[in-house]
Amino acid sequence: MIKVEHLVKKFDLRTAVDDVSFGVEKGTVLGFLGPNGAGKTTTIRMIAGYLPPTSGTVVVNGVDVVANPVAAQRQIGYMPENTPLYDDMTVSGFLRFIAELRGLRGQERDRRVADIMERCMLTSVRHQPVDTLSKGYRRRTGLAQTLLHDPAVLLLDEPTEGLDPNQKQVVREMIEQMAKDKIIMLSTHVLEEVEALCTRIMIISEGRLKLDSTPEDLKKRSASYNTLTLDVVAPGADPATVLAQIPDVARVDVVQRAGDKHVLRLIPRDKQSLAVSAIEVATQHKWLVTELRADPGRLDDVFRDVTTTADVIRQSA
Amino acid sequence: MRVCNQVRAVAKREWSAYFNSPVAYIFIIIFLALAGFFTFSVSNFYEAGQADLSRFFFWHPWLYLILVPAVAMRLWAEERRLGTMELLFTSAVTPGQAILGKWLAAWAFLALALALTFPIPLTAAWLGQPDWGVIAAGYVASLLLAGAYLAVGMFTSALTRNQVISFILAVVLGLFLILAGFQPVTELLSQWAPGWLVDGVAAFSFMPHYEAMQRGVLDLRDFVYFGSVVGFMLFLTHLVLGNRSGR
Repeated sequence: MIKVEHLVKKFDLRTAVDDVSFGVEKGTVLGFLGPNGAGKTTTIRMIAGYLPPTSGTVVVNGVDVVANPVAAQRQIGYMPENTPLYDDMTVSGFLRFIAELRGLRGQERDRRVADIMERCMLTSVRHQPVDTLSKGYRRRTGLAQTLLHDPAVLLLDEPTEGLDPNQKQVVREMIEQMAKDKIIMLSTHVLEEVEALCTRIMIISEGRLKLDSTPEDLKKRSASYNTLTLDVVAPGADPATVLAQIPDVARVDVVQRAGDKHVLRLIPRDKQSLAVSAIEVATQHKWLVTELRADPGRLDDVFRDVTTTADVIRQSA
Repeated sequence: MRVCNQVRAVAKREWSAYFNSPVAYIFIIIFLALAGFFTFSVSNFYEAGQADLSRFFFWHPWLYLILVPAVAMRLWAEERRLGTMELLFTSAVTPGQAILGKWLAAWAFLALALALTFPIPLTAAWLGQPDWGVIAAGYVASLLLAGAYLAVGMFTSALTRNQVISFILAVVLGLFLILAGFQPVTELLSQWAPGWLVDGVAAFSFMPHYEAMQRGVLDLRDFVYFGSVVGFMLFLTHLVLGNRSGR
């Protein structure tokens, strides 16, 4: 597990990370979100033992990263931002080198490298120099490198940044596969990714932790959560007025009206689900409901909300 | 031993990095061509009629001055530029192991280039009766000198992500370390500076130690000197790399 306490990093005049504390348990895929320059990369670099913090502690699987970076790094697989790789090496040569740094030797090393190349679908490019790889293969090589020593913790800094949708999908599937018995912490500013992959979300802005929650909880914070859009055929009636009588409904907007066909938007008073009561009312009046959609909430709303307001909202997951 | 394994892994990678690019071949060709040119054409090896290699070793400090920084400049600057330093220092390797591994690889490469000058002593042996002990001492001195230059170049390489800056800084530092003890310069200095000062500055220089050794005098103090230069420069490299700003 990862335990971060009161982590601070100052660069000359700027405070990049400002008193960040959190803990992550096994089996978690943690999405680390935030606008550019929020302190994501700096935080991850400190956990990976690359940057020494100005103050605060990071403990990975019981090992203090600041006091004993090398021992902590044995537990960690880390893919830095932009996937730096030794461009002059071949894929298999590069992976063999990292395996050797990780203390694997001889046959054990070769077996491990072959196994990881298989899992990361790199076998076909194993003799290719790294600088001739496409971005997708490059990223996969970067991921493969993190897995060689079978670490308990994976830190991935923007793993899908700059990939096309197909390549993104492949990388996501790989991460999902790895997720089972590890801690994965990935930073991103792609919100769909978080929804697809993560069991927990943290939003950081201006070096401070603004929010710590699950994707589901987060979406509930979105202003439009559970707003109900209703297509209804109501001959000779005014469904908007009638539906506005439901106690949980704050307001009804008429989106569209063509003869007896109405498209209405019901906004709940307190983000309650309105579907059951709306259908009840419609059945009572013998209206025909042709379509019914409840808004699942949008992460980008919450993201924008959290990263633009100054106050710190904290909620435990 | 785990520690040695990592030093060896870094050294192996660095060694193959030289040969994966044209750098190694170009360096070796230019080094051999220049060494031959200076020895035979400029110093008139044949005309001198002496079966020794002083005319060959005389040029080494000057050859290394330009060529060793060219070998050293990429060692850390490249890692910084590509961001691979972050990868290296998060793969359970200490900076000390990485520094040592890289220095050993580059030194071994310079040793290879030096070993390829073997036709020159063979020529001397064919023409006359050279003192093999002096020749061996000359090679040892030259190898130590190359290692010291290399450590200087490694330090300047750690300072920047720009290889050109690293190269220039290494040449300037190397020039100082030569000139501080180069006889024409010390003679010039002794005309107005007190003798103890001239000697003090000269003691920092490569030259008195190198010259003593290549005359065939293998004094422990000269070994200690070159060892200290290398140790001190690698220590400075360690300081620079340890003080990471994350940029």
